[in-house]
Amino acid sequence: MATAVQVEKTGKPPTYARITRDIAATLGRPSKGYYILFGAVLAVLGIGFIALLYQIRYGLGVAGYVPPVMWGVYITTFVFWVGIAHSGTLISAILFLFRSAWRTSVYRTAEAMTVFAVMTAGLFPLIHVGRLWFAYWLIPYPNQRQLWVNFKSPLVWDLFAIGTYFTVSTVFLIVGLVPDVAAVRDKARGWRKKLYTITSVGWRGTDQQWRHYTRAYLYLAALATPLVLSVHSVVSWDFAVSIVPGWHATIFAPYFVAGAIYSGVALVITLLVPLRKVFKLEEYITQDHFENLGKLMLLTGLIVGYAYVVEFFIAWYSGNPFEQDAFYNRAFGEYWWASWTMLLCNGALPFLLWIRKVRRSIPVLFVISLFVNLGMWFERFVIIVVSLSFEYEPYAMGHYTPTWVEWAILAGSFAWFFMWFLLFAKNFPTVSITEVKEIIPMPRRKERS
Amino acid sequence: MKKPPGGILAIFEHIDSATASVSALKKVGYNDLTVYSPVPSHELEVAVGHSVSPVRLWTLFGGLAGLASGFALTLWTSYDYPIVVGGKGIGSIPPYIVIAFELTILFGALSTVAGLIVHAIRNARSAAYDPRCTDDRIGIFVPCPVERRRQVEEVLRTNGAEEVRVEI
Repeated sequence: MATAVQVEKTGKPPTYARITRDIAATLGRPSKGYYILFGAVLAVLGIGFIALLYQIRYGLGVAGYVPPVMWGVYITTFVFWVGIAHSGTLISAILFLFRSAWRTSVYRTAEAMTVFAVMTAGLFPLIHVGRLWFAYWLIPYPNQRQLWVNFKSPLVWDLFAIGTYFTVSTVFLIVGLVPDVAAVRDKARGWRKKLYTITSVGWRGTDQQWRHYTRAYLYLAALATPLVLSVHSVVSWDFAVSIVPGWHATIFAPYFVAGAIYSGVALVITLLVPLRKVFKLEEYITQDHFENLGKLMLLTGLIVGYAYVVEFFIAWYSGNPFEQDAFYNRAFGEYWWASWTMLLCNGALPFLLWIRKVRRSIPVLFVISLFVNLGMWFERFVIIVVSLSFEYEPYAMGHYTPTWVEWAILAGSFAWFFMWFLLFAKNFPTVSITEVKEIIPMPRRKERS
Repeated sequence: MKKPPGGILAIFEHIDSATASVSALKKVGYNDLTVYSPVPSHELEVAVGHSVSPVRLWTLFGGLAGLASGFALTLWTSYDYPIVVGGKGIGSIPPYIVIAFELTILFGALSTVAGLIVHAIRNARSAAYDPRCTDDRIGIFVPCPVERRRQVEEVLRTNGAEEVRVEI
């Protein structure tokens, strides 16, 4: 329990009343800086939206697709955001099942990040299909053409996996929020009181409510755990089930899941560092939490680095010239810079995390997390674009360069994500009040003998 | 909304006092208690004496329904418009496992939440409440007629209640 919350100088953990007060204090009136940041985010989102409208007006030709590279920045960014989502569920569900106490103060942020990241990811298949007003054709429903979707296609598996993931992670976030919102409700005034009264759905913390709640939460965590592992496996099968050299590998599912958690933990660190500072939560989100997140990053980073090496090894060992050429092209072809960005940021950088001082230095971790996110975006770019641009037949190879429309929509996706996160952070507790209290024993009149 | 029944609401600072009060009240025959606490507490749960929540059955049946509908949807649509894709059988089970798996999780989770709503929201407003109970205090509400209030109050006070008040 030592890592759970910072023990005050008096040697005693904070009281329940102080926890409620400290965390409820993060929800007050936003500062000027918040509005400036929010305005900037909306401006970038606007640029992204204009780019999208431009693409809708003139068609997918405004994206840089060149046969055979018909999957580009949109699919790269889709996989990137789905991956980001994964660490939230890891921290909220898997570490819950493992009863690890340190998760309590960071899981809410991670979980909110999950939901917003899936909301961002979900936009990209729609943007990518071009005629997004026909996106509902993905859904199996009885129609006058009597056609059904092809359930043997990994793209349809994807729809089911992402749809389920979005629904379940949202439900999980809301269920976790209810007792906290009730705690904030009982302190709030004005319009916030009304908001929290509605969103706490009558929660009062009665024995009956807790009895059902703790069970339901346990089962939701137990369902979310296999779900999170399945989602990025399914995303990886979008590639692995085809026969493109560089995609067709059995290692893809675990490789993608590890990469997803890796990038997600990095973004959790990126978000928590400023959040902790602005909300003055140093006592609840401590150096120990960052060290643990650093360890998670080290573990998953090593798995990812190992997968990179194994991919090259298998390409060489397979004796398959297409596979060998694809990987030679990956390292020394025209996209060499993308591959080396990926290898350095994701493969080499985590080795710094072996050093305890690095793991415990919050500024250094913050910088590493930014590089990991950059590297993970490039990983998806390398897997998708580089593999597609260099398939079997030399006369059918092509070079893809993203256009300004794609970059603008990519930037817009970050703005979309941060818009939701900023709205969430000022209106709902970003640190779980109830779960932080839970790791501190309730006061007793008599010490237990 | 149903009018709350009259009774006594006691506020506790210490968990052991609250647990002792619950046990003492149950001993003299008050089983219809409502205990409020800011965090779930195993001690209180044992004192109140609940059985395991039926929410788990909701999860089970929801999950099974999801599994069945996943296979039903994929197989039925395949045979409804039979078309050979990639040389595979019309209804080919391995790819459909993915859909069935996802729907198992989806239906399981949604039905767990439905179970939670049905069981936990019901009865939530039938007892008196104090807002301190979501902060740092434990509350016990004992519904009882006027003539028995003195006895209940005494039990609560001797077991260390910080505050005892009559709620009508």
